[in-house]
Amino acid sequence: MTGLAGFMGATCPIPLDRYPTVQLAHGGGGRFSAQLVRDMFLAAFGNPALDILHDGAILDVPGGRLAFSTDSFVVKPLFFPGGDIGSLAAHGTLNDIAMCGAKPFALSVGFILEEGLPMDDLWRIAQSLGAATRAAGVPVVTGDTKVVDHGSGDGIFINTSGIGVIPAGVEIAPTRARPGDIVIVSGEIAVHGIAIMSVREGLEFETALESDSADLSGLVGRVLAAAGTDVHVLRDPTRGGVASALNEIAKSAGVGVLIQERAIPLGDEVRGACEILGFDPLYVANEGKFIAIVAPEAAGEVLRVLRADPLGQRAAVIGEVVTEHPGRVFLRSNVGGMRVVDMLSGEQLPRIC
Amino acid sequence: MKYVDEYRDEAQARRYLDALRGMTTRPWYIMEICGGQTHTVVKAGIDRMIPEDVRLVHGPGCPVCVTPLELIDKALEIARRPEVIFTSFGDMIRVPGSGADLLSVKAEGADVRIVYSPLDAVKIAAANPTRQVVFFAVGFETTAPANAMSVVRARDLGLGNYSILSSHVLVPPAMEAILGAPDNLVQGFLAAGHVCAVMGYWEYVPIAEKYRIPVVVTGFEPLDLLQGITMTVAALEQGRYGVENQYSRAVTYEGNTRAQALIQQVFEVADRKWRGIGEIPMSGLDVREEFAAFDAERRFEVEAITAEESPECIAGEILRGLKKPHDCPAFGTRCTPDRPLGAPMVSAEGACAAYYQYGRTA
Repeated sequence: MTGLAGFMGATCPIPLDRYPTVQLAHGGGGRFSAQLVRDMFLAAFGNPALDILHDGAILDVPGGRLAFSTDSFVVKPLFFPGGDIGSLAAHGTLNDIAMCGAKPFALSVGFILEEGLPMDDLWRIAQSLGAATRAAGVPVVTGDTKVVDHGSGDGIFINTSGIGVIPAGVEIAPTRARPGDIVIVSGEIAVHGIAIMSVREGLEFETALESDSADLSGLVGRVLAAAGTDVHVLRDPTRGGVASALNEIAKSAGVGVLIQERAIPLGDEVRGACEILGFDPLYVANEGKFIAIVAPEAAGEVLRVLRADPLGQRAAVIGEVVTEHPGRVFLRSNVGGMRVVDMLSGEQLPRIC
Repeated sequence: MKYVDEYRDEAQARRYLDALRGMTTRPWYIMEICGGQTHTVVKAGIDRMIPEDVRLVHGPGCPVCVTPLELIDKALEIARRPEVIFTSFGDMIRVPGSGADLLSVKAEGADVRIVYSPLDAVKIAAANPTRQVVFFAVGFETTAPANAMSVVRARDLGLGNYSILSSHVLVPPAMEAILGAPDNLVQGFLAAGHVCAVMGYWEYVPIAEKYRIPVVVTGFEPLDLLQGITMTVAALEQGRYGVENQYSRAVTYEGNTRAQALIQQVFEVADRKWRGIGEIPMSGLDVREEFAAFDAERRFEVEAITAEESPECIAGEILRGLKKPHDCPAFGTRCTPDRPLGAPMVSAEGACAAYYQYGRTA
C-alpha cells in the first residue's frame, strides 16, 4: 500500500493485495467497476447528487430541474456494423440524459487523438457524430481536442457530456421501483455487444447483425408524455447488460426483481452467437435499448407507445418488482427452475468448450 | 433457434420430473462429470426441481478448474518474456496462479491475446516470425484434437516459433479415481456428451462393468440433463448397470476416429496432476518426443516450477462429491470468483463458481 497510503491522511480503501494495478474489469460495468466507484471515487468526492449512481445527475436549479451526464467512449473497432465511435458517443450521452427523464438540451465533446490517426477516419467520425446530434436536434456547444503520443492511445477516445431539462410531472429515480411495478425492456437485448464482438480481431463470424446504437431521447419523451409519474425508473443497460442494470436498481430501491427467461426478447443471431461463445445475453451491452419500470396500471400504455415506434417494436414485459429477496434479481428459467441473476464479475470471456 | 428451444420446453421438463418422482424410492448419488452440465443444472434450476432423493454431485470436468496451479505459474513466467506472444482461450486468462493471473500480467505489459482456436495462434506465429507464440492448450478430450492439429499445422508450415503449454486431462481415469476411493458416494454417472462426441463411449463400457454402475452419456441442454438423470435413476432403481446414450444426436459408440487419431499422433497418455485432486496415473496427455520442439515447457525450461495450493480450499472433497460448495466455510466470503482460493471457484463451469453466480448459498 506504500505510495497510496498516507496522502492527506487517507488510505486507499480498495484492497490492493489482489490487484495493485487497474484491470480491464474495473471498466467492465460489473462488480469490479461498482467496487471501484463506491470505494475509490465516492470515498474521494461523493455527494448527494453523485451518490445515487444514476445514469446522470438530477440537479435542482432556479426554475426547474436539470439532468447532467458524461460518458467516455473507447470502443474497438472504431467502425462497426451499425455505427462508429462518433455516433455511439452522441447516442450514449443523449440516452443517459433521457434516462433521467430529461429532454437533452446541449452536448460537449472532448477528443483524445493518438498521433498517427488517419485524418480520413477522424473526418468520418466527426461527420457521424454531427449527423447523430443533428438528428436528435441537440447541438454540440463546446468541445476540446488533445493529441497524445503514438502508442499512448488507441486511435481515438471521445468523451461527451450533456445537459437536459426535466419536464414537470416527471419523477425518475432508481429508488422509485416499488413492489408490483412492471419491468419492461424496449426491444431485443444484447445486440450491440454481439455486433461488436462479431468484427473484433480474431473472432470475425458471419453475421448480418448491426449495433442497435440509437438516440432514445425521442422515444423516452413519448413514453413519459403518455405515462408521466407512473414511469418510476429508466435505465439504459449498456456495459454489464440488463442483469447489471436490474441489480443496481434492486439495490438502490431495496426491492427484489423477478424476470422470466422466456419473456426476454432475443434475436436468433444473438442467441446463436451467445450459445457458441458461452455468453449470457443478460450481461451483454446494449446501446439502443432501455429498461422502464412502471406502475402496473401504466404498463399497457407504455408497451403500446413503445411498440408503435421503430426503436421499440419488440418491447416486452420481462418481469416485475417484488418484495421478496430485496436487492437481488431472480430469474425463472425456461424449464421452470429459479436462479439468482447476479452482477457480472469481471468481463465475460469466451469459454474453452 | 428451433434446435435449442426443443431442449428447453417446460411441459416436457414436467413430464421428466413426474417420471422421476414416480420412480425414485430412495436416495441416489449421481455425478454429472462435465462442468458445462453443472452450469446448466444450476442455471436452469434443475437441482431444485428434481426430487430431494436424487442427489447431484458435481464432478471434476471443468478444464479451467483442474489445471494445476503450477501450470498457471508457468504460463505467467512464459507470458512475461518480452519475445513471447501468449495466446489463450478467454476463460483461462483470469485464473489466478500463486501470485497473479494472465490479465494482470497483461496489465503489466505482457502480450497476452485471447484466441478462439489454436489455429488462430498458428496464424499469429506465421505473421510474427521474430516472436515466440505460445498457446495455452488446456482441456479434456474435447479440445485435444484441435490443439494437436495446431502442432501438426505448425510443423507442416515449418514454424519454429510456435509451441503449446499443454495440460490435457482425460475423463475415464478420473472416473476410476472417484469410484475407487474408499469414501466414494457416486452410484451413477452422467458422462460428458461433448467428450463422447470425440471419443465415443466404448471407453466407459469396462468401467460400468467393473464398478457395476450405470453411465448415461448426456447432453448439455436442460432437457438433456433431465432425461439423462431420469435414465440413470431408472437404471439404479431397476438394478441395471452399463452404458446408455441419451445424447445420440451427437454421440456414437466409436466417436470421431479421425480426431482420436490426431490426438494419438501428437500426444501420449501420461500421469497428470489435477488441481484439487492430485496426481492420477495415466490421466493426461503429454506432447510426444517427436513433437518436443512444440512443447513450451521444454522450450522455455519452466518444468521445475512448483506451487502450493491454499490449505483452506476443500476442492478435493467437492470434486469428489463429498461436500457441496456451500459446506465450505470460505465459500462466498474468503473465496469468491473475484478472489478464488481454489479450483472450483475460478471458472463459470466450476461447481463453486456456479453455486456462487446463481445464488446457491444454502
